[in-house]
Amino acid sequence: MNSLYQMPENEADSRLRWRCRRGMLELDLILNNFIDREYVHLNNQQKQLLDQMLDYPDQLLFDLFLGFMQSADKDIASLVSYIRKSVTT
Amino acid sequence: MTISNIQRRRFDSLIIGAGGGGLRAALQLAEADASVAVVSKVFPTRSHTVAAQGGMNAALANVLPDNWHWHMFDTVKGSDYLGDQDAIEYMCRAAPKVVYELEHFGVPFSRLDNGRIYQRPFGGQSQNFGGEQAARTCAAADRTGHAILHSLYQQNIRAKTHFFDEYFAVDLLKDDDGNILGAFVFDIHTGEELIIEAKTTLLATGGAGQLFRTTTNALINTGDGMGMALRAGIPLQDMEFFQFHPTGIAGRGMLITEGARGEGGYLVNVNGERFMERYAPKAKDLASRDVVSRAIETEVREGRGCGPDKDHVMLKLDHLGVDVIQKRLPGIRQTCITFLGMDPAEEPVPVYPTAHYTMGGIPTDRHGQVVIPVKDTPEEAVTGLYAAGECACVSVHGANRLGGNSLLDILVFGRAAANHIIDYLKENHYHRPLNEKSVEKAYQRLHRWDDTGEGESVEKIRSDLKRVMEKNCGVFRTQDVLDNGIKEVSALHEKLKHARIKDHSAMFNTARVEALELENLMDVALATVYSASARTESRGAHSRVDFQERDDMNWMRHTLYSLEGRKLDYKPVRTKPMTVATFPPKARVY
Ligand SMILES: Cc1cc2nc3c(=O)[nH]c(=O)nc-3n(C[C@H](O)[C@H](O)[C@H](O)COP(=O)(O)OP(=O)(O)OC[C@H]3O[C@@H](n4cnc5c(N)ncnc54)[C@H](O)[C@@H]3O)c2cc1C
Repeated sequence: MNSLYQMPENEADSRLRWRCRRGMLELDLILNNFIDREYVHLNNQQKQLLDQMLDYPDQLLFDLFLGFMQSADKDIASLVSYIRKSVTT
Repeated sequence: MTISNIQRRRFDSLIIGAGGGGLRAALQLAEADASVAVVSKVFPTRSHTVAAQGGMNAALANVLPDNWHWHMFDTVKGSDYLGDQDAIEYMCRAAPKVVYELEHFGVPFSRLDNGRIYQRPFGGQSQNFGGEQAARTCAAADRTGHAILHSLYQQNIRAKTHFFDEYFAVDLLKDDDGNILGAFVFDIHTGEELIIEAKTTLLATGGAGQLFRTTTNALINTGDGMGMALRAGIPLQDMEFFQFHPTGIAGRGMLITEGARGEGGYLVNVNGERFMERYAPKAKDLASRDVVSRAIETEVREGRGCGPDKDHVMLKLDHLGVDVIQKRLPGIRQTCITFLGMDPAEEPVPVYPTAHYTMGGIPTDRHGQVVIPVKDTPEEAVTGLYAAGECACVSVHGANRLGGNSLLDILVFGRAAANHIIDYLKENHYHRPLNEKSVEKAYQRLHRWDDTGEGESVEKIRSDLKRVMEKNCGVFRTQDVLDNGIKEVSALHEKLKHARIKDHSAMFNTARVEALELENLMDVALATVYSASARTESRGAHSRVDFQERDDMNWMRHTLYSLEGRKLDYKPVRTKPMTVATFPPKARVY
């Protein structure tokens, strides 16, 4: 599959959006809310990281976003905390 | 791209949908050496089955005495006697086997100290035909659906099932005699179209919870398979029966599983009264879902709701203590903390009924074959077409599904459909020629969204539809409200014909996907309001304020709604089980 950054920008955005469609309402709400509000503020590294994170299984994302689990990867952990904050703000 | 340039692929069997139902069927077929294609609009393990936390029912009798006949009784009673008793017997008998198969596929069920599978009590379960509470639900902690989906996916990879991931199915394809021969699909990444020809096609596209504004369902649950069936001339059955889960987080929709009440949680109104004692003196908070949903709605309507707008009730869990909540209900605790910023170990949770499960769907027999009325025969099989899972109506849930019976349904009937397909393939070796008009129709439907210019917005119509459905086809229904629903949905249906999207690119055109989904939702919404408006009785999830009693004389029958002429038809309930005596209708008291 193409990496996110070989694609024209709007296509990459659409792909990312589609990947935010998940099997659980909780993830739909968290991710779509985040994309709507914060996507424009993300730098390239954060976008790439988000894309990488969207490969995770739903249950793992659920565990990370709902605070059952912390990622050992510092960058992922900080993106998760950014996403978590966007839920209640 | 013209139609003649579109690539064509051939398989023995096409499965549309990669949730538990689709994957269970695919595995059975792949293991029988059939060539199987599975098309899914999202990556398979992101199908909605992943969200099922509570578990699945099977009378294993590991915790309390149990047997399949008691399970059958509960399911018939839970269905408010609208379920087909042959299919229900088949499902309840098959349940233990299906659980052991899953164990064999690698599902890590929670265990008792003696090593057996743990089983929790769920609403509507009884011992001895309506006696004491039973414990019938098997779970893999609170991630049963996830465990099932991942195990089945891995098994399918091993069995070499061919996956078309992130492909969207537009419509079914036919031959000149109306037999179903596959589907017209496109790749969401590239926009490239594909004709999949298959000797058999199984619809396993899940439910349509996105019909309603407040729902537990993910965004992908847009009733696509039901829409495809309607457009192929197949009626939808019993669409008026939509289950509202009594305990969604108020205003948000997320589910607080019945397990919370199974573990000792209970509902209170603004006066702190445990009101379920009035509505279901025996089962109280564990009464069947429709009973609890209606009780909550009644409390709110009669002014005993909580919050500034008195529009919800409270689920009390704090008395269980932090340890029990953390150990048994960790998902619920974190959901409340994340979305509401409150801890259920300290405060009660605001809850309200939320749209949860589509009992109606594509009519099938217990082999998963799609059946339609033809002349005087109420159920004649449509050659080559099968349906299983939440998109189907087999009908084991009748007017009301019991918790834990859906995972069971998707697996039992996914498997049964595959077995029937295997037999069919033994007799039918060749592909039949496609009727090219059916290809053209699907192509036109897709390309209608290439139209440019000004038009209504898809997003706006969708949000209006969900609002209208919630207001006019929710937990409480009257003739006026439902008839108004028909009017308003019809107006939106008209508007959708003139809608336009702005994005006309091929790659990742999600606007187009959403437009196609909305077309499906719209037809399913019409089926739902028309069917609901005609049924002048209260049964299961279909609760009429103006017809409060169940009317077995006139309404012990299944509704069939057809797209053409928006026509309603009816067929009898199958009250004769396979081997045991019929459970005759009785008042449903919990
Ligand atoms: C929050 C929640 C909790 C639940 N908990 C339980 C529980 O504890 N126990 C229980 O028994 N039941 C539970 N249920 C119900 C149960 O999860 C579902 O009924 C069941 O998982 C449906 O499975 P399915 O295989 O029919 O469809 P799904 O799992 O919904 O899969 C549908 C598939 O169809 C595909 N698809 C749809 N449209 C198209 C299209 N146009 N083109 C291509 N592919 C398409 C999707 O990509 C997906 O792969 C729960 C439901 C919810 C919402």
